[in-house]
Amino acid sequence: MIVFILAILLFLVGLYGVLIKRNLIKIVIALMIMEYAVNLFFALVGYRHGGTAPIVSKGLTGKILFVDPLPQALVLTAIVIGLGTTALLVSFAVRIHEKYDTFDVRKIRKLRG
Amino acid sequence: MILLPLFVIVPLGMAFLTPIFSRIWKGFPDLFGNFTTAFLMGFSLWVLQFSGKTIVYNVGGWKPVAGIPIGITMVMDGLTVLMLLIINVVGFLATLYSVNYMTHYTDKGKYYTLFLLLMAGLNGVVLSGDIFNFFVFLEITAIASYALVAFGVEAEELEASFKYQVLGGSASALILLGIAIFYHLTGTLNMADASGVLSGIGPDPAVIFVGILFLVGFSLKAAVMPFHAWLPDAHPSAPAPISAMLSGVVIKVLGVYALVRIFFNVFGSALMPGLLVTFLVLGTLSMVAGAFLALGQKDFKRLLAYSSISQIGYVLFAFGLGTPLGFLAGLFHLLNHAAFKSLLFLNSGAVVYATDNRDMERMGGLSQRMPVTGATSLIASLSISGIPPLGGFWSKLLIVLAAVECKHYILAGVAVLTSIVTLAYYLKVQKLAFFGTLKQVYKGIKEVPVLMCASMVILAVITLGLGVLLIPDIRSVVLDPATKVIAGGVEYAKMVLGG
Repeated sequence: MIVFILAILLFLVGLYGVLIKRNLIKIVIALMIMEYAVNLFFALVGYRHGGTAPIVSKGLTGKILFVDPLPQALVLTAIVIGLGTTALLVSFAVRIHEKYDTFDVRKIRKLRG
Repeated sequence: MILLPLFVIVPLGMAFLTPIFSRIWKGFPDLFGNFTTAFLMGFSLWVLQFSGKTIVYNVGGWKPVAGIPIGITMVMDGLTVLMLLIINVVGFLATLYSVNYMTHYTDKGKYYTLFLLLMAGLNGVVLSGDIFNFFVFLEITAIASYALVAFGVEAEELEASFKYQVLGGSASALILLGIAIFYHLTGTLNMADASGVLSGIGPDPAVIFVGILFLVGFSLKAAVMPFHAWLPDAHPSAPAPISAMLSGVVIKVLGVYALVRIFFNVFGSALMPGLLVTFLVLGTLSMVAGAFLALGQKDFKRLLAYSSISQIGYVLFAFGLGTPLGFLAGLFHLLNHAAFKSLLFLNSGAVVYATDNRDMERMGGLSQRMPVTGATSLIASLSISGIPPLGGFWSKLLIVLAAVECKHYILAGVAVLTSIVTLAYYLKVQKLAFFGTLKQVYKGIKEVPVLMCASMVILAVITLGLGVLLIPDIRSVVLDPATKVIAGGVEYAKMVLGG
C-alpha cells in the first residue's frame, strides 16, 4: 500500500510544479514527473508479491505466480507517448525562448482576454 | 465488419506517405489530402446504413474466449456512427478550404501530415472498444492538435500552444491515472467487459475517485467552464481550418463523446444522481459564463472561441438532464454546433485571408466586397442564435423542452436567456464586420478563392438543412440510434459482448 501512496505523492509533486513554477523548463520537468508517477503507479498495479516474469519457458511447472504483464505493456506505450509530448514541449520552449528571450511565464503574455 | 479499421488505417497511412511524396511533387499533399478526407467522408456516409446495429471488430482476429474479450476491439454503434459523420464531413470541408488558405503558410506537406494524424486519432477515439486504445488515440489527436495550433510559429501561437500542451498534458496524466485505477478495480480494459464488473462493485469510493479523475481529465479536454483557460488562446491561434476542426470536432470527440461514453455506457448507474447534477452545474456555468465573456470580445476568432465554450455548455447541460429527450437534444445540438461553428471559423479565416485583420472594430461593410462570406456567416450566426427555422433553433428548443420536462424551470429560463445573449454577440459580429460602411483601407479587397467559397457554401447548406434531421424517417437513421445507445446505458455491454 505504501508504494501506491508514494507514487501518488510523486504525482502531486509534479502537479505542484506545474501549478507553481514560473520557468517553462521547470514546468516541462514537472509535467514529466507527473507522467512518470502515473507510469510507476500503473506498473505497480500489475505487480504481484513474489511473482516471476510472465514468460512461459521450459522449467516452469505447477502453480507459479506471474506478475500481470498487461500494465507493463501499457506503460511501455505510455512512455513512448510521453516521449512524444515531452519532445514537442521542449522544442516549443526553445522556440518561445527565441521569440520572447525569456523562460519566465510572467513575461510571456502577449495573449489577453 | 472487416472494413472498420480503414477509418484509422487510411488517414494514418496517408499521413506517413505525405511527407515522403510531397518532396517529389508539390501538388501531392493538396490532392491526396483532399482525396483521403473525401474517401473518409464517403465511407462515413456509407456506414450510416449500419447505424441501428452494433458492429464489433476484433483486431488481429483475437476472438473472445468464453465471452471475455482478450484482444483489442473496435466497436461501432449508433453514437459512433454519428460522431464519425461529424468528424469526416467537417474534416473534408476543412481540407478543401486548406487548399487555398494554407498557401499563406510554408509547408503544406507537414500540414497535411498533421491533419491526417488528427483525423486518424479522432476516428480511432470514437471506434475504440477498450479504454487504453481510447487513451492512445486521444494522445495522437492531442499531439497533432498541439502542433497544428502552433503551425504559424509566431510568438502568440507558440504561447497558446504551450498553454494548451501543459493543460492537455495534465489532463492526459489524470486520465491515465484513472485508467490505472480502473484496471486495478475491474481487471479488464475492455469497456463493455468492465461495465459488467463495475455494476457488480456499485458506488465504491474507488469507483467515485476514478469517476472524478475522468471527469476532470475529459472536462479539461472539452474546455468546460472551470477548465476552459486554454481554449480562447488555442483555438484562435490555429490556422482557420484547424480552428474549425478544433472547435467543431475535437472538443466534442475528446470531451463530450468521451464523457458520455465512459459515464453513461461504462459506469452506468454507479455514479448516477451525482454525475447528472455535476453535468448540469458545469453545463450551466459554461453556458452562461462563456456567453458573457464572448460579449466583451473584439477579436473575431476569440469571440467564436468563447462562444464554443458556451455552446459546449448547452450540450453538457442537455446530457445532464438524463432523459431520452435530453440526450436527443444534446446530440442534435452537437451536430448543429459542428456545422455552424466550423462555418463561422472558416468565415473568420476568409476575413483574415482578405483583410489580414481579426479586430472587428477595424472592419465594417465587408459584405459588399465578400458576398459569399457575408451571406454564409449570416446563416451561421442566425442558426447559432436560435432563429427559426434553422437547425440551431430546433436543438435549443429541444434542450429547453427537455429541461421543462424534468421540471428544471429556472435552468430552462437560463438557457433561453443565454440564447438571447448569444443573439446579441452574433448581431455584434454582423454589425461590426459585415454590415455598415466599408472602410477606405478595405476598398480593394476581393472575395476569397473559389475552393474556400465552395467549402463555406456547403457548410451553409448543411447548416440550413440540419432541421430536416428531426423528420421521423431521417431521425430514425441518424439521431435515434445514437440516443438509444446513450439512453440504454450499460445495455452497451450486452450489445458489444453479445454481437
